[in-house]
Amino acid sequence: MAVVVWIADDTWQDCVDAARGCPGSDFLLLHVRDHDVPGAAHGAFAGLFGRSSLDPGTRMDDLSADHSTRLLEAAAARLGVPCETRTLAGRVEHEVVAAAEGASLLVLCRDGDVSHAGPRSLGPATRFVVDHATCPVLLVWPS
Amino acid sequence: MLALSVLLLVAVLVCAVVRPWGWPEAVVAVPAAIVVVVAGVLPVEHAVDEAVRLGPVIGFLAAILVLAQLCDDEGLFHACGTWMARASGGRPRTLLGGVFVTASVTTAVLSLDATVVLLTPVVFATAAQLGVRPKPHVYACTHLSNSASLLLPVSNLTNLLAFASSGLSFTRFAALMALPWVVAIGVEYLVFRRFFRTDLDAPVHAPLAQPAPELPVFALTVVGLTLVGFVVASATGVDPAWAACAGAVVMAVRALALRRTTVTKVVKATSLPFLAFVLGLGIVVRAVVDNGLDDLLRHAIPDGTGLLALLGVAAVAAVLANVINNLPAVLVLLPLVAPFGPGVVLAVLLGVNLGPNLTYAGSLATLLWRRIVHDHDTEVNLGEFTKLGLLAVPATLVGAVVALWASLRLIGG
Repeated sequence: MAVVVWIADDTWQDCVDAARGCPGSDFLLLHVRDHDVPGAAHGAFAGLFGRSSLDPGTRMDDLSADHSTRLLEAAAARLGVPCETRTLAGRVEHEVVAAAEGASLLVLCRDGDVSHAGPRSLGPATRFVVDHATCPVLLVWPS
Repeated sequence: MLALSVLLLVAVLVCAVVRPWGWPEAVVAVPAAIVVVVAGVLPVEHAVDEAVRLGPVIGFLAAILVLAQLCDDEGLFHACGTWMARASGGRPRTLLGGVFVTASVTTAVLSLDATVVLLTPVVFATAAQLGVRPKPHVYACTHLSNSASLLLPVSNLTNLLAFASSGLSFTRFAALMALPWVVAIGVEYLVFRRFFRTDLDAPVHAPLAQPAPELPVFALTVVGLTLVGFVVASATGVDPAWAACAGAVVMAVRALALRRTTVTKVVKATSLPFLAFVLGLGIVVRAVVDNGLDDLLRHAIPDGTGLLALLGVAAVAAVLANVINNLPAVLVLLPLVAPFGPGVVLAVLLGVNLGPNLTYAGSLATLLWRRIVHDHDTEVNLGEFTKLGLLAVPATLVGAVVALWASLRLIGG
């Protein structure tokens, strides 16, 4: 039963800080590479009808793998205790929900406009994870 | 005769989309063009006509492709990334603004290929380094590679093809398309700000201090002089393709002298097989159009140059571009609309350039094929991309056509 910390590109620092205070000794830091992003570049490249031999999507796949590794290293250093790190690739919200199955806690950060009360306050991926995660969820506010 | 030419066209397009055994598109297009001529479907003199018309267009495209690649070798796009990172201060909304400016200018001046192939990975790396979600910024690049390709004949291959048959000068083309270009980009910006608002609302973390970008002065100067060259060539009646060639040659000679590139790399940047494909496709399309497609499509194309007629033409062009690809669409439509004057030709361009944003791979055919061969799990979230396209395409199309209509009124076709 691990505490799963969703390392999102822009809000991971707050999640890691919140995770430090959570009960439990097993931590899994999870980063998901959104396949839509290189996918859009693959698609735009296909639309060029082979005008170039250099698929920008492939370059972005490599960049994204490097980025994920560096992000998880920084997050593990910030957490300061031994932990497992994992990179997944796919539809972000689906991967997070699947990875959090059976966890003792899922830590994630609120996104969207924090100054605004009302519906649509969370981004679609975060909303999906909050709605569908089968484990307890800790929703952290960004600092 | 129509049946044979249609059959050949279908074969050429299917092979271009499917790329059997990884063949270049030209492997089928060039023999198909030869068959069209040998079988007498298209008289030899018409085929020569088409080749003479397409020759300078292909040369122009090759020069721009080389120029963009050499600018990348000089570090131009890397400098753009550093500039966007510094200017944004890590704020997602400001970064989006910077991406819009950079992608619009890159697309307009160095063509959409440069934005897709060279700028998009830089934008991704910039977002990653700033700790900002990359999706809105990368999607902005792919959308703007189409929407911001309206301004100059060099911005898009479709423009080069239309430019050759419109009878417009380089500067007149740019003057008429300036307002539609600005409107299309502005509408895209509003759509992106709204569509990605939760992503753009994310908190800001102060980015690491960035070193000032080292400006590739030489590359910027050559690109600037090439632009001046377009205007001067156009004013003196010289083909502006020569200005692009001069720019590419200057960059290539310097890069070769400094051993920063090789002759092989420069030749590779011209995408020779693709240029042969354009020529082959042009001849096959000409055969289809001459053998009866013109009569058929003439009924589908609205007459006149009023606002409604322009909207209709742009809509037909957008639909046709989305079915297969905007390249065959523009080749089919140009001979039909050219007699109506440059205004209608430009309306076709608005349709074929803005339309492909509806499907992330530029057309339904490519999209379907990618769906068939790829594992569904590794493909783009089609629902989200299409929703973005459904918001952006009709809005940019209507806005740009109205702007074109106003420009035609003000400047005159």
